[in-house]
Amino acid sequence: MRFMTAANAFSSPAASPPNRELSESCEPLVELKDVSFGYTRDRQILSGVTLTVPKGKLVAVMGGSGCGKTTILRLLCGQIRASSGEVLVGGQSVATMDTEQMFAHRRRLGMLFQFGALFTDMTVFDNIAFPMHEHTELPDDIIHDLVMMKLNAVGLRGTAQLKPSELSGGMARRVALARTIALDPQIALYDEPFAGLDPISLSVVGQLIRRLNDALGMTSILVTHDIAESLKIVDYIYFISEGRVVAQGDVASIKASTDPFVRQFVDGEPDGPVRFHYPSSKTLAEDFA
Amino acid sequence: MKPALNAVTRVLSSLGATVINATARAGFGARFFMALIRQSPASFMRPQLILKEIYQAGVLSLIIVLMSGLFIGMVLALQGYETLVRFGATESMGVLVALSLVRELGPVVAALLFASRAGSAITAEIGLMKTTEQLSAMEVMAVDPIARVVSPRFWGGVISLPLLSALFSTMGIYGGYLVGVRLIGIDGGAFWGQMQAAVDWQHDVMNGVVKSVVFAFAVSLIAVFEGYDAQPTAEGVSAATTRTVVTSALAILALDFVLTVFMFRGGLN
Repeated sequence: MRFMTAANAFSSPAASPPNRELSESCEPLVELKDVSFGYTRDRQILSGVTLTVPKGKLVAVMGGSGCGKTTILRLLCGQIRASSGEVLVGGQSVATMDTEQMFAHRRRLGMLFQFGALFTDMTVFDNIAFPMHEHTELPDDIIHDLVMMKLNAVGLRGTAQLKPSELSGGMARRVALARTIALDPQIALYDEPFAGLDPISLSVVGQLIRRLNDALGMTSILVTHDIAESLKIVDYIYFISEGRVVAQGDVASIKASTDPFVRQFVDGEPDGPVRFHYPSSKTLAEDFA
Repeated sequence: MKPALNAVTRVLSSLGATVINATARAGFGARFFMALIRQSPASFMRPQLILKEIYQAGVLSLIIVLMSGLFIGMVLALQGYETLVRFGATESMGVLVALSLVRELGPVVAALLFASRAGSAITAEIGLMKTTEQLSAMEVMAVDPIARVVSPRFWGGVISLPLLSALFSTMGIYGGYLVGVRLIGIDGGAFWGQMQAAVDWQHDVMNGVVKSVVFAFAVSLIAVFEGYDAQPTAEGVSAATTRTVVTSALAILALDFVLTVFMFRGGLN
């Protein structure tokens, strides 16, 4: 499915409405409208980001390290508030939600954290059962079966009684993925779901994210660096650089793009619009003098 | 003139920053405390969470508390004998050991040990949960970390410490008995009889209990707050753990002085 034509897919947000066709193609569920945010006054992480995620779609947000991808997920969870602009989920502004509304909003979400964030004092089984125990009145035998189903989906049924410290990094991430989908959330947020996975797990997890999205009618936002795997599963991609949306488009458009930013990112080139080196006040010669 | 002005500006700026940070931390602390109180009923609705923390903070501290109590009681008896024998009052050793323990050493030393062993563990655990985003994960799952993580640990500490203090005093008295009666040879009847006659339930024992309850609130609150407020880095958790032990120790000793003034007065009028 193509949401934008190749001709306008990679133009800057200021030059044309960024994702008009995407938002018009389906009912938008998640919207960021001209959102800016900075953890300190001196350094803006996001500067006027506008993006739309339609209901039922799997959208990837890509960009270099520290460009503000995870910040977008935190804004959607209501853990931080935008300094300007609007973050809307289901038409409701996240910033204006009171405590009750925020908890109701979060019950619709599932988030996979960058480093898993598994509860280290619990077993794998208890980690996945945690949201079920907290938010449902299901009997223990039903919870047991549900947890085993989730673990089976990520191929780790045999680890149910292990502690997170006994898992490898990739396995911990798969367990975290199982916990993310424990309550079949309406909106799934994945922060680097492919990091640290071996090729087999990577492919399985990628397909699982896609299948879950389609089978459960979820809406998913995927923050990742893994462009090859993402291009196999996502509907639409936003590229973020220096806190701005610099390019966007569907998979076919991205693959066909001649935009220098997209090409550098897709091909992994060291030279291009994205700087590899963090800015320094001194030259290399001065540092070695 | 200008360098001097710059120096003054720097000092004032540093002072201002310190005051602002301290005020912000105090404000955060007050909000944290209110949230803790607000979420406490939810914790009591799930007593298994508090029981788990009583085990972690209380039961696992038993060995250090009981052993310390025993040795302190034994030392008290030895030191007490040295003094009492000069006045021919060795039969009063039971009174000396019991009053020292139930009024002062029991609540104070048990609280210091509790802060070092359980308080530091609570701070480190909550701090590490923050560092590894476990608290954030709970928030995103619509679970309030203050209700699920902080409040059970706080109440687990509040319930555990008075019980540990009582056990500390009991072991201390038994240590005093071992040294005084079994080792030195003081009459056992005099040891227990004088203790029973001189130790007042209300004035001595209950005041000791009140002290241990106050210390329990102070140490548990400091421990959970420092953990929750820790910088989410290895250094931040380490610094928070240190602050828990230092602040708790100072708070225990300062509160002990204040409570002693109100309870026993001594020469103060």
